[in-house]
Amino acid sequence: MMIGVPREIHEGEQRVAMTPDVARTMAKLGYSLMLESGAGAKASFPDEAYHEAGVEVVESVKDLYERSDIILKVRQPEHHAELGIDETDLLREGQVLISFLWPGQNSELVETLAAKGVQALAMDSVPRISRAQKMDALSSMANIGGYRAVIEAAQHFGRFFTGQITAAGKIPPAKVLVIGAGVAGLSAIGTAKSMGAIVRAFDTRPEVKEQVESMDAEFLMLDFEDDEDGAGEGGYAKTMSKAFIDAEMALFGEQAKEVDIIVTTALIPGKPAPKLITEEMVSDMCEGSVIVDLAAEQGGNCELTEPHEVVRRNGVTIIGYTDLPSRLAAQSSQLYGTNLRHLLTDMTPEKDGVAVIDMEDEVIRGATVVHNGEVTWPPPAPKLSAAPKAAAQPAAAVLETPEPKKTGFMATAIAMGVGGLAMLALGNVAPPSFMAHFTVFVLACFVGYMVIWNVSPALHTPLMSVTNAISSIIVIGALVQISSGSWWVILLSFLALLITSINIFGGFAVTQRMLQMFQK
Amino acid sequence: MSSGLVQAAYVISTILFILALGGLSNQETARRGNLYGMVGMAIALVATIIGIVTDHYILLFIALGAGAMIGFRLARTVQMTQMPELVAILHSLVGMAAVLVGYATFLDHSGGYFGIELTIHNVEIYIGILIGALTFSGSVIAFGKLSGRIGGNPLLLPGRHFLNLGLGVVTFWLGSVFVGQAADGGGLFPLFLMTLIALAFGVHMVVAIGGADMPVVVSMLNSYSGWAASATGFMLSNDLLIVTGALVGSSGAILSYIMCRAMNRSFISVIAGGFGTTSGGGSSAAADGEQGEVVAVDAVEVAQLLGDAKKVVIVPGYGMAVAQAQHTVNEITRTLRDKKIDVSFAIHPVAGRMPGHMNVLLAEARVPYDIVYEMDEVNDDFPNVDVSIVIGANDIVNPSAQDEPDSPIAGMPVLEVWKGDTTIVLKRSMATGYAGVQNPLFFKDNTRMLFGDAKATLDDVLRALQS
Repeated sequence: MMIGVPREIHEGEQRVAMTPDVARTMAKLGYSLMLESGAGAKASFPDEAYHEAGVEVVESVKDLYERSDIILKVRQPEHHAELGIDETDLLREGQVLISFLWPGQNSELVETLAAKGVQALAMDSVPRISRAQKMDALSSMANIGGYRAVIEAAQHFGRFFTGQITAAGKIPPAKVLVIGAGVAGLSAIGTAKSMGAIVRAFDTRPEVKEQVESMDAEFLMLDFEDDEDGAGEGGYAKTMSKAFIDAEMALFGEQAKEVDIIVTTALIPGKPAPKLITEEMVSDMCEGSVIVDLAAEQGGNCELTEPHEVVRRNGVTIIGYTDLPSRLAAQSSQLYGTNLRHLLTDMTPEKDGVAVIDMEDEVIRGATVVHNGEVTWPPPAPKLSAAPKAAAQPAAAVLETPEPKKTGFMATAIAMGVGGLAMLALGNVAPPSFMAHFTVFVLACFVGYMVIWNVSPALHTPLMSVTNAISSIIVIGALVQISSGSWWVILLSFLALLITSINIFGGFAVTQRMLQMFQK
Repeated sequence: MSSGLVQAAYVISTILFILALGGLSNQETARRGNLYGMVGMAIALVATIIGIVTDHYILLFIALGAGAMIGFRLARTVQMTQMPELVAILHSLVGMAAVLVGYATFLDHSGGYFGIELTIHNVEIYIGILIGALTFSGSVIAFGKLSGRIGGNPLLLPGRHFLNLGLGVVTFWLGSVFVGQAADGGGLFPLFLMTLIALAFGVHMVVAIGGADMPVVVSMLNSYSGWAASATGFMLSNDLLIVTGALVGSSGAILSYIMCRAMNRSFISVIAGGFGTTSGGGSSAAADGEQGEVVAVDAVEVAQLLGDAKKVVIVPGYGMAVAQAQHTVNEITRTLRDKKIDVSFAIHPVAGRMPGHMNVLLAEARVPYDIVYEMDEVNDDFPNVDVSIVIGANDIVNPSAQDEPDSPIAGMPVLEVWKGDTTIVLKRSMATGYAGVQNPLFFKDNTRMLFGDAKATLDDVLRALQS
């Protein structure tokens, strides 16, 4: 199949969906490759480099769309100013489009794609599970965004990051506060740290404390009584309670007086960015301080942020760029291209250059937003969130009700029918007292079945030793017999009692010993 | 104590047992689960002793006391590496008890059953003893195999499937003879004969199963011991026994199923036995031909590799258990983590000799359980791993399960360690694993072999790391 990569037409967009390096590996999957001339120029990848990598460079974008089976892009399709038509008009039925699509915000676009019969995969919808990490373009871009945020801050900040004692006097180190320790936040922490700044970080999800500390930064704890956990589903944050937010704001207010640079990355999926830095806090900051607002596109974490712009308020520079990854075009193109390549690798199991959209594959299913003319977004809930949480799992399990397989249904029906008949036959001959016991038996089997599926594999050994101990309930049988008048019976039950009690006490004790060893 | 009260107590213990099993679903609640089990058992015991037993209290407490002493001693002294053996031998006790209780019930004619009820009662006794005897002898053999007293290789008698079938038919025929005679007050002889056959059948069944399938056997016997308890419950008309036995029985059955699925084998083929012998000869000969060079390294080089890595994955296997190396492994883990190296553990579902064996050992050595992952969680991360250390594992990291369709372990899910940058394999020698299959992993370019006893070599690695 032919993969085509057009030039990005969005104003100021410098990235490209394929670099020469990525092209070489894609060719190994059996694909032919095509690129619109000049597509990689802004990311410092000239046409010649692509040519050397075996990519056909074409002048006409119409030509490119006509001949390709798969279109790889960075931004979603939009109005093509030079041609005077929409990019979606260039797409044709059955063609595969892979790019950022943001189906939640662009429902109209998704409808158009569906109407055209385009197979569309959104890189932003790749589920956040461990297997899909290598194609998680959001993380790649967030990583770059975090790095660039610190670089931008350094650009506008009038001092060193690192503290020095020189002949010309002492230079204090810069203090950086990072709010929101997601991928972007952690990347910003790492960058600021490596430049020598003192870095503090805050996040509503307590489990990231360890990650922050692993980057050698200080995790700011909130002085707050309730044990509120900010982790929502899929490893993202959720909205917090009023009391929590008040405590949080107090903390930020205090920090604003101390720190020189604030990088905010707080986002809650599907909601406008929370306002965390008020005008008052900005005026509390020292002259010359810098705020980089990575949430600018969603309205900004700072009240004074102007999206896309750099503004100076009360002596504080507030950077609201929304295209930070694009400002590091070569790097982000490389990472994005690699993400795309990983996705294509999964879609090309045979490595024969034929892409298959396998809707059974959880990752591909998640990314696919339009399939055979139908909108397939949002996908069913993923089986495992990025940071699994015990409490959240039942909810996820409810959402994900697998469709029953039609092939298995007949077999199940036959088995059930046969089972039912056998049951009736038994009931016909057996006395009621037996049937009562039998009922209890069958129900207990089902209870056991239901309970055991939840047991985590790590606990299989303790489970076996505890079930073993429990199965020595057979001791009741021995106890019932021991009061008999016959010495034979007494002897037999004595022996049975002896060995089962070994089992009872030994079994429970050893289980206890084992479980005590499991520690976090 | 009225019989109503006893029944109520039984209901309570049943609920506690269900809660016990439910509690084991994760680490946080597991200890509470075990406690529920103990309380449930205590309630059942006390209720029965007060409410039903009328005589021979002295004997009763002697048996109980002696059993408790032996049991506690066992539990205290057993090494964590010997857990599979202990569990197997404990299963045999349940089987034995089922046999004894069955005989006692048979000899005790105070039941007052007539007609069809007597027939059903006798069938229940028969089945109870059958399952009990099977569990007993099977568990004893499993114990022997696991503790090394009996060789791990499957023993295959000629025509074993027909032999099994014949034994089954004879058992069935004896059953009908027994029921006929028992109606007139006799029947001890056919019952006894059947017990012998069941014992032989249990032995035959387990000797035919290879060592690699031991996790399945142990959980299968676990299931049997439950069914034995349940059958006893039927013969005594005791719901508590029926329910508890059914719980244990179904839990063991599911565990066996999970194990089988982890090895991509059907349950029937495991039970039928003979794994790794049918095609073992041919494929190992083929593998002999294409063997490449192995690259051996010493402990200092391993320490260097580990020290330079960013992400390390440790794959423990039975060899770690044998060498008792888990504490050293933990020390190494701690040292590496102090150096900010990301260390995690990858556990194959059938690593070791029983389900969850490796988790227990690592827990004993105090490895935090949140860095211990299951196969499915880590397999896709191997390309990002700098160094993976395979400690005494073989079949679970064998790439031929994926590459060679005619390999005896073809299709079995394996840990894809070879996709990482470097793999270090700790092994005593170049011998094959339990499945008797040669492992191409050892000959890959990015594999380094560290020969020797895992404990000794890892101690050296640790020393090199710390210096």
